[in-house]
Amino acid sequence: MSTTLTPQPTSPVDNPDLRAWKAATGTGVDTPPPGLFSAAFVQETVAMTRRLFIQLQRRPSTLVAGVVQPLMWLVLFGALFQNVPQGLFGESQNYGQFLGAGIIVFTAFGGALNAGLPVMFDREFGFLNRFLVAPLASRYSIVMASAIFIAAMSLVQTAAIVGLSAVLGAGLPDPLGLGLVLMIVLTLVLGVTALSLGLAFALPGHIELIAVIFVTNLPLLFASTALVPLAFMPPWLQVVASLNPLSYAIEPIRYLYLHGDWSLSSVVMAAPFGNITLGIALLILVGFCGGALLLVQPLLRRRIA
Amino acid sequence: MVAAVKIQGLKKQYGSVDAVKDVSLTIESGEIFGLLGPNGAGKTTTIRCLCTLSAPDAGTVHVNGVSVLDNPRLARQCLGYIAQEVALDKVLTGRELLQLQADLYHMPAKVARDRTQQMIELLELGDWADKKTDTYSGGLRKRLDLALGLLHQPDVLVLDEPTVGLDIETRSAVWQFLRQLKAAGTTVLITSHYLEEVDALADRVAIIDKGTIIATGTPSELKDRIGGDRITLRIREFTPDPEAQQAKTLLQDLPCVQDVIVNSAQGNSLNLVVAAQSDALMTVQQALKDAGLPIFGITQSRPSLDDVYLAATGRTLLDAEMAAAGSRDLKAERKQAMKGS
Repeated sequence: MSTTLTPQPTSPVDNPDLRAWKAATGTGVDTPPPGLFSAAFVQETVAMTRRLFIQLQRRPSTLVAGVVQPLMWLVLFGALFQNVPQGLFGESQNYGQFLGAGIIVFTAFGGALNAGLPVMFDREFGFLNRFLVAPLASRYSIVMASAIFIAAMSLVQTAAIVGLSAVLGAGLPDPLGLGLVLMIVLTLVLGVTALSLGLAFALPGHIELIAVIFVTNLPLLFASTALVPLAFMPPWLQVVASLNPLSYAIEPIRYLYLHGDWSLSSVVMAAPFGNITLGIALLILVGFCGGALLLVQPLLRRRIA
Repeated sequence: MVAAVKIQGLKKQYGSVDAVKDVSLTIESGEIFGLLGPNGAGKTTTIRCLCTLSAPDAGTVHVNGVSVLDNPRLARQCLGYIAQEVALDKVLTGRELLQLQADLYHMPAKVARDRTQQMIELLELGDWADKKTDTYSGGLRKRLDLALGLLHQPDVLVLDEPTVGLDIETRSAVWQFLRQLKAAGTTVLITSHYLEEVDALADRVAIIDKGTIIATGTPSELKDRIGGDRITLRIREFTPDPEAQQAKTLLQDLPCVQDVIVNSAQGNSLNLVVAAQSDALMTVQQALKDAGLPIFGITQSRPSLDDVYLAATGRTLLDAEMAAAGSRDLKAERKQAMKGS
């Protein structure tokens, strides 16, 4: 920096954005927020998302690991129970076919659960302050950007798992069913991402966040129908697994894989408290996602929204 | 004309610690205002409340007449915030970060491109703009940080300790740049615990101590208010104790001398408070000559802002720093600041 710097005039009169805004708002009157899906919201969300994709492009190791890991699960864990007697795992022809749905959901869930980590690091390094001092249309753009990024990652992972499962002989759902599989994955990802970001705002630091992720991840996997069917579990675990949102993503996907003739009233899970149809499972997932978004709202507002 | 920044009765507690007890400030449009105080005095907390990063427990904060509590988004549009520590995404280039910043302030694409280019030229980022920021030097990072904070042309630029950790060259360049910004009409608020920085830059100063403003005015007013001139005297480069004490006894009896302190940290130099605009310097020199004591060096100066701080709190800024350094729980403060509520 030399002494030849000549700043542009930046007094209020020379700032047309501000003048326009002030004219629009009057003095001291609260501006109604432009809200979700306004042009401003889209612009800030796209910008934050672009940043995450640039990071991924320059550091692709997360994507590579994120694709390789579930494939290894599928091959290695699938082989572990390859010799179980047929019929033990419901209607599935083999364990690999049974496991596919579980791995799809578990992978998406794990990715979404980690969504808060980059935000936590931004918070710790002070980079998040750039977002918080900016006149964002809504701070949901921070959630939305992470959700879009994680969803894109999950779609790539899901495609890889579906592809490898097909090669291993699990077959494919029909096209409409495949669309529904993607929708289920995306709904789960949005909900879990919101919760993870909530934790990133609520917990003191990344150590605590990692601890929470650690104690949540595997227990939720084991207490779901990802690895074994409900009927296989002791009664108390059946109750737990029937309350686990992951089961409501896994069972519909598994059903879609096995039944070309599915409908919303097909029974996908026989929970201890009654039969769950495909439609109800989807409703529960959407409810979970909406609840998670509502839950994080106060955390986002905490610093004068 | 509406004040650029008006803070009234600001209070903020972190846990059981009163970070800010009672801060009221008015910053006029177009001035450089310095908030001076030792570390832990409440400077950063005041700024966090101003920039909508923390919600105050009590008090009001207005920017250009806009309440940051009632209309935070408009207030944010008026403010540019440069944090003490430069936080950049090291994987992105300078230009990409400027583009991100432009989108956070909802600039149309063309405006964003033009201003980005303008800022790259203004802060002489040049070829570095398209390199990843992890290759930047400290000075370059600060320049990019300034560019980011100024991109949306804020009315009020707020800088928290703008030159901490910078080399001397970058520091004077930052000073120069802030003066030019002021000349172009931007209001600038800086916090600092460097006396020279505030003295050199600020049109007006508020001195903050333990969460309370203890003095406000132009640096010159504040110095005049405590009165007297300062004489720093060295008998020898390193004066032996007996000789220093002898000189002290001798000098404090002179009518024009109000106080004499032997500064053992500086080779037993003598610090004298004397009547302003008197011929004290000559009187002191004569008295020493009569007593047969040599003079290694003698200078007369007006009181510094440190003297102002000393007069108000009974301790020097340096002492306050040392005391604060021992008693602060920086880790806890950081966590509290991160929570931001």
